Amino acid sequence: MRLRWSWRGSDMDRRVLIGNIAISEAVKLARVDVISAYPITPQTIIVEKLAEMVDSGELNAKYIRVDSEHSALAAVYGASSGGSRVFTATSSHGLLYMYEMLWWVSNSRLPVVMAVVTRSIGPPWNIHTDHQDALTVRDSGWIIGFAENVEEAFDMTLQAYKISEDKRVLLPSIVALDGFILSHTAEPIDIPSQEDIDRWLPPREPLPFVMKPGEGFAVGNLGPDEVTMELRWYIWRAMERAKRVINEVDYEYKDITGRSYGGLTERYRVEDADYIVMGMGSWCGDIKEAIDMLRDEGYRVGLLRIRYIRPLPIQDIIKYGSRSKAVLVIDRAVSMGYGGVLAGEVASILRGRTPVKGVVAGLGGVDMRSEDFIDIIKRFIEEYELDLDINWLNTYWIMKDGGRG
Amino acid sequence: MSLAKLSESRLKGPLPGNPACPACPHNIGLKILGMVLGDKAVVVVPAGCTSIISGVWPTAGIDLPILHVPFASAGAVASGLKAAYQVHGEDAIVVVWSGDGGAADIGFATLSGAAIRNEDIIVIVSDNEAYMNTGVQASGTTPWKALTTTSPIKGKSEERKDIAMIMLMHKIPYVATASIGYPLDFRDKLLRASKISGFRFIHLHSPCPPGWRFEGGKTVEIAKLAVETGAWILWEYIDGNIEISRPSIKYSDKAYRKPVKEYLKHQGRYRNLSDDDIRYIEERIDENWRNIGIFMETLKSGRMT
Ligand SMILES: Cc1ncc(C[n+]2csc(CCOP(=O)(O)OP(=O)(O)O)c2C)c(N)n1
Ligand code: SF4
Ligand SMILES: [Mg+2]
Repeated sequence: MRLRWSWRGSDMDRRVLIGNIAISEAVKLARVDVISAYPITPQTIIVEKLAEMVDSGELNAKYIRVDSEHSALAAVYGASSGGSRVFTATSSHGLLYMYEMLWWVSNSRLPVVMAVVTRSIGPPWNIHTDHQDALTVRDSGWIIGFAENVEEAFDMTLQAYKISEDKRVLLPSIVALDGFILSHTAEPIDIPSQEDIDRWLPPREPLPFVMKPGEGFAVGNLGPDEVTMELRWYIWRAMERAKRVINEVDYEYKDITGRSYGGLTERYRVEDADYIVMGMGSWCGDIKEAIDMLRDEGYRVGLLRIRYIRPLPIQDIIKYGSRSKAVLVIDRAVSMGYGGVLAGEVASILRGRTPVKGVVAGLGGVDMRSEDFIDIIKRFIEEYELDLDINWLNTYWIMKDGGRG
Repeated sequence: MSLAKLSESRLKGPLPGNPACPACPHNIGLKILGMVLGDKAVVVVPAGCTSIISGVWPTAGIDLPILHVPFASAGAVASGLKAAYQVHGEDAIVVVWSGDGGAADIGFATLSGAAIRNEDIIVIVSDNEAYMNTGVQASGTTPWKALTTTSPIKGKSEERKDIAMIMLMHKIPYVATASIGYPLDFRDKLLRASKISGFRFIHLHSPCPPGWRFEGGKTVEIAKLAVETGAWILWEYIDGNIEISRPSIKYSDKAYRKPVKEYLKHQGRYRNLSDDDIRYIEERIDENWRNIGIFMETLKSGRMT
């Protein structure tokens, strides 16, 4: 069904897709050469769909059915070393099982793209979402984005190739989407044409290296300690440059789809806000609803949605955070013995500028609705206005019965 | 044919003065690999002594294209690399060069996965019968009673796993054992393997002087003694049948085998063996020969398909 014109490109195709299928469609449009993956809920549908596309000939790619997630990432590592554009996907225990390979990929500067359908880590066994899995790999040198809805998960996947393969970046990307809430929920999405994507995303260039026979050449061999540190320094700088590339790609993508999200962050009603909420992922939709309702009641509150936690949008956090009276960070992952993962990062940036409060909620998929967010935000504002000590280290846990730990 | 005539390729494998110990068996194996397949091979190397032998940047210890990879990943990396070459039409032979630990233990799942998919790669396991790179710890292929740093007093209490037989059970087109003591046999096997497509597996016996505690000059002699005592059997599985390879044929007959003590006595790792232990090892050797004979017959009779 062809429903509407894109901003400057050709027709888009409106379809109603669940997040997992939307990701597979993005991978197909990116003309990926090699796919390897291992099943785990809630990611499985992505790789089943891709297997079907490859089997039916709809997608001209190699599909490697491996024995584990460690092997899945190893296989796409090998293919990427051979010059291919690659894709894998996983969740939770699968991502943890890949941990060693994650570092090998990023330290080799290969532009691998992976979807992480977020899911809690056991025990107890739990297939529902929180952000603990994706945030466990925060320091590994991967670019890590969190989508809010199905269309954004689709867009972020396509954009990940453009960003990761950019000469200024050459780092792998994770596209995180909330398990079930996005992966299994159908939403309408406008899919750009293959011609438009081909024009915008040309085949991968042979960077940063391609293994070839006939030449003595080693990748990953020993070096002096100073070389290791120098290579880390290059990654550090590439991550810095990635901030700019992410913003550019977000902007140019508008030419094809009319869609643009604001780059590293999305700013929702922040311009005149006294209080700023920060968070990531699908529940930002509910937080926006809560903000609309609170605005109707006269509260001047806005949302700074962190789209990418790596590279972290430090400048945006400072810009909007330090303008406001106080900042509330709502986390779906916790660093035990410290606090909410995002709250810790935001607090360290805004230290001495703006008080920050951290709330931990929704672990193991505990459902959070806009009414819950209204309560949390109201209480936070009340505490601030009553002159109570807003200190993120007093992390609140929002428990299932609505009580606070 | 003389050893000098081995050379088929421009790239020669290990370079003089690389960081291997003197008389290192991996260097011998890599030399043959380089000479036979150097022009076409891209080599995937999981963690192990070879990671070191490859040299410290900006120098190189091995004149071959080498992709260094994590310990437990070689089978999958090689599969992906080959997939990339298939997609882009690159004519390269992807070779995994692994230690016993990287193949038979930590990397076994991924090796087995690549084998059962019949990936178009060659896997060579250079088996020095322990984790040498980390200082001679016992591995799945360390023989019974051998002293290692993790079996330091009583020796290893378990039998070694027969990785070549296990790989054969994956119904792959080519499996062979080889020895660095028989370079021409290894060369022929590499050449034959390189003409076949699909998953090809070569289990290369690689006596290691510091790991097995023998004098450096004796690497090849010990490798030969393993074959001459029947402790290491050279065989080849090709076209659905197993053949005993030429250097080993004679030792099918026990009468020609040297007493196993000849092989064991040079190795400090066996200094604690009693006469009973040696008898027991000899019985295991007889058993291995019997088993391989039965297996050859079964394959020939077509009872196993
Ligand atoms: C996941 C992981 N565990 C442990 C190690 C440490 N390690 C490096 S090489 C090695 C032993 C290698 O043994 P083998 O494969 O037999 O090769 P060799 O050194 O004997 O040639 C070990 C244990 C590692 N690199 N990675
Ligand atoms: S320990 Fe053995 S295998 Fe390792 S480099 Fe030394 S001789 Fe070679
Ligand atoms: Mg070893």
